[in-house]
Amino acid sequence: MPVDPSLVGREFPPTRPYAVTAADIGRFAAAVGAEYAGGPAPATYPIVLTFDAMNAFLAAESIELHRIVHGEQRFAYERPIVPGDLLSATLTVSSLRQIAGNDIIGTVSEITDDTGALVCSTSATLVHRGGDA
Amino acid sequence: MSLPTRTFTVTRADLVRYAEASGDPNPIHQDDEVARSVGLPGVIAHGMYTMALAARAVAEWFPGAEVVSLGCKFTNPVVVPAEGGVDVEVAGEVKDASDGLTTIALTVTSGGQKVLGMPKAVVRA
Repeated sequence: MPVDPSLVGREFPPTRPYAVTAADIGRFAAAVGAEYAGGPAPATYPIVLTFDAMNAFLAAESIELHRIVHGEQRFAYERPIVPGDLLSATLTVSSLRQIAGNDIIGTVSEITDDTGALVCSTSATLVHRGGDA
Repeated sequence: MSLPTRTFTVTRADLVRYAEASGDPNPIHQDDEVARSVGLPGVIAHGMYTMALAARAVAEWFPGAEVVSLGCKFTNPVVVPAEGGVDVEVAGEVKDASDGLTTIALTVTSGGQKVLGMPKAVVRA
């Protein structure tokens, strides 16, 4: 089933605030084989917040996760994420097009801290593989 | 300036750990049958896992440097076999270094094929 075209421009509710701990960053770093001795999180760590927002978006739109592949990902960092941060991601659907029976969904998730300051802007393109696949 | 190429091996166990740590439970990264049902050749690595390896190479080349931006397209899947693993190679070239910012053009391949499109990192170093 194609994705609802009226989604473009829609902003979804912010994710529940996520308390970043050294243990959580350490687990993420270990999962990608990196060492972590405290301080700034690895560069791709913000995806934890982005995935939270994307999973909520996909569930809200009844899009099956297994039909999604990641097409593109960009991060623009205002500052590194560190233990003690309380972060939330707000996802907006930025574009939507159909190519060869697939929906190409552009999203922007802005990650903010508990003062409302932008920490990282993440943009993701999700490829929703059509129902006939 | 070319940076020393880094090679990483990716296994199914790595994908299980990454799914838990990142919060991406998509079964195409765990289950061959589900992956094939949507037209993939088999279980593929999370694009973000491959991107994390690229970021790891950047962190090793520029220890302690703050990353300002990072981005790529996921152009070809990294198919991860049930037994053993698959190698991912991360090569880098410094393209520009001015105003305290260093731009690194990356080349990320697996089995001789590029898997990321135009991967690029900018670091404060």
